[in-house]
This record gives sequence, C-alpha cells and structure tokens, in this order.
Amino acid sequence: MSALSALFGRETSLAWGRGGGPLVSVGFYAGVATLLPLATGPEPDRLAAIAPGAAWVALALAALLSLDRLFERDFEDGALDLMVHSSLPLELVCAIKCLGQWVATGLPLALAAPLAALALGAQPLILPLVFGCAAVGGLAFAFMGGIGAALSLGARRGGLLTAVIVLPLFVPPVIFGGGALDSLSNGLPWTAGFALLCAYGAAALALGPLAMAAACRNALS
Amino acid sequence: MIPVPAFLSNPERFMAFSRWAAPLFGGIAVLLGLAGLWYGFTAPEDYQHGDTVRIMFIHVPAAWMSMFVYVCLAVASFLSLVFRHALADCAARAAVPIGAAFTGLALVTGSLWGEPMWGTWWVWDARLTSVLVLFLVYLALLALRASLDDELKAARACAILALVGAVNLPIIHWSVNWWNTLHQGASVFTKSGPAMTSDYLIPLLLLSLAYMAAFGSLWLVSIRGEVWRRRADAAAQRLARA
Repeated sequence: MSALSALFGRETSLAWGRGGGPLVSVGFYAGVATLLPLATGPEPDRLAAIAPGAAWVALALAALLSLDRLFERDFEDGALDLMVHSSLPLELVCAIKCLGQWVATGLPLALAAPLAALALGAQPLILPLVFGCAAVGGLAFAFMGGIGAALSLGARRGGLLTAVIVLPLFVPPVIFGGGALDSLSNGLPWTAGFALLCAYGAAALALGPLAMAAACRNALS
Repeated sequence: MIPVPAFLSNPERFMAFSRWAAPLFGGIAVLLGLAGLWYGFTAPEDYQHGDTVRIMFIHVPAAWMSMFVYVCLAVASFLSLVFRHALADCAARAAVPIGAAFTGLALVTGSLWGEPMWGTWWVWDARLTSVLVLFLVYLALLALRASLDDELKAARACAILALVGAVNLPIIHWSVNWWNTLHQGASVFTKSGPAMTSDYLIPLLLLSLAYMAAFGSLWLVSIRGEVWRRRADAAAQRLARA
C-alpha cells in the first residue's frame, strides 16, 4: 500500500510541478477557447449554439497535449525500467500514472471547462454537467491517451504519433459527452449520454492499463 | 484435419501454398470481377437512383471488405502477439495497406455517389463517420509501423494497437450510430431476406466475391514479399558477420 501511495504521490507531484503542470494545459485550453470566437465571429446566438461542443472538444485537445509527459521522461531516464522490476504489477503502475495525470491536469481542466463554456455563451444551467462530463471524460481521455503514449515510446516524432493514434479512440467519449450537453441545453433528457460516457470511462479504466503495460514492456524489451 | 492457421503457420508450407494460391485467387478475382461488371452494366436503371445505382457494385463490397480486412488483421495481430509468430506479423503488416485502400475506395465511391443522390459530397452521417474513423485507425497503424525503427518492437506495438482498435471499433461504430443516422440501413443482410431485386443482387454478390478473391491474392502476394524481404535481411546480416 505504501508503494502505491508513494507512486501516486510521485506521479501527481511530477505531473503537477514539472514543466508548468496544469497551468500549461489550462492555458492551452483558454487559448483555444479564445481563438474560437475570433474564427467564427462574435455573434452571441451563433456562439451560444456551439459553446458546449466547442468547450468540450477543446478539452479533448488539451488532454492530448499533456500525454507526451506521461511515459516519455520515465522511459528516457530509466525510471520506467525500475517500475517494471518493482513489486507492483506494471498494469497497476500504468493505472496510477494515468490517475496522477488526471488529478494534475484533468481536474483543473474540468474546473476551467464551465468557465470557458460560460464565456462562450452557454446557458448557466448546463454548467454542472459541463464539469461532470469534463471530469469523467478527462479520465477516459487520460486512460485512452495513455495507450497511445505508451505505444509511441521510442518512436520518432512521438508526440505527433500519439495524437494520430489516440484521436480515433477519442471518438466515443466526445460523442457521448457532446450528446449529453446538447440534450440538456435543448431541454431534453441528458442522462443517457452521460451514463454512456461514464461507462466508456469505466471500460477505459479497466482495459487501458492492460494495453499500456503490454506496450511499455514491449518498448523496454 | 489440421486447422488452416496451424497448417499455414509453417513458412515452408505457406510459401508452397501461396505460390499457386495467389495466382489462382487473382484469376478468380478477374473472372468474377468481369462477370460482375458485365451484369452490373447491363442491369436496368434504378427508378430512384438512375444510372448511379451502378456505383453500389463498387462501393458496397469495398465497405464490406474494409471491415473484413480489419477482422483478418485483428486475428493475425492476436496470433503474432500471443504466439510471437513471425509469419502472423507478416500477415498483419501486409493487411494494413490493403485494408486502408479498400476503406479509401469505399469513402471515395460513397462520396461520388452522395453528390448526385444526396446533393452533397459528404455528410456527417453515422455510417460515413464510422468508416472514416476506421480509415483513421488504418492510418494510425501505418504511421506507428513507419516511425518505430526496431522491427520486432514495431510488430508488437502494431499488434497491440490493432487489438485496441478491434475492441474500440464496435464501440465507435455503435456510438456514431447513436449520434446520427441518415445513411440507408442494411438492405442485403436482413431478417426477411435481401430487400433488393436479383438484377442488382447478382452483380453485387459477384463483385463481393471478386473483391474477396482479390484481397486473398494481394494479401498472399504481399506476405510473400515480406517473407522474402526478411530472408534477404537475414542473409545480408549473415554475410556481414562472416
């Protein structure tokens, strides 16, 4: 148990502290949210129609941005080799890494998401759901993204490769979250989309570590 | 009786089998393809689609093959990952570009068909989108293979990604369906039998079989090429060491 909590503490503080931590992700997120009205025009009607979706897809992009820090540095400085030989199974190590990543960047992004949606002109009534979707979706993004990050270890242009691998896997959570937000802002029942998003997050939580651990072992072999 | 994958897993036997099977499948593909095209071009015009219904004979089999090739790819990847079988990896590697080509063909012909029929080249409809995502997965596999230098590592990474994709693709397909549906539903494999006149069904089935045979032939040829390339690499390394 102490190994687990020590690892979790290490991952969270590294993700939090090294290279700007959540500030970079939130800053990138704010940048995308600012560029959007500049590109589409500032008319409130048009912005309000796309606000929830725009806030949501910017979140997926911001989640993508922090993925290259997940395994790459530990792979380069040899820490990943030590983790393979630790008492914890590598699957658990990968899960903890993703969880630490989520705490350090996913949760701050989830807190920023309602603000961005509000600034883009979304109705205040959907803001709690924006936060909920961002928190659960962030978990799914972290675990699905971890697979891409682990697979592109040791590759040339790893960061870009991660994006190419991961973006198709982001399709279901983006659809489910976007559907829930869209339903609520049109006054329709939103629970189906949110429940599906939670289900996808749970599946990513359960199956992602297996693929990540296999990919890490392969990269280190 | 020996199961087919076990029989073919011996490289010598595989090379002996594919030596005559690849041209045989190729010949079958040409014959069936010509017959299918003949029936396709002599079929009467559709009362709604007019002449453009003939695009279906190219488009629908390509869409079927895009999924079938992925299934083959997933099976080969599984065998390569679990049994560390070199030939299975050759098969997985060879299937990716072929699958990407079929998927691209389905997208392009679908777009060409959509313009006269729906009045637009592209709509964000469920089926179109999930085929597009499938195409992106194929591209990701190609990109991953191309950017890892170590061949063994690239093989296993691609196998992992192919299996992750195999788990995800049904979810993606279903989620996109949940999101939006405009494309015509299935009209061949339905409970009450095909909802299509035999004028169209015959060329469609002929061309589907032709595509299948063409895939078999192309797949075998490119697996053979991959085997020869590896043998040449191994020989070059032996020479360099000697």
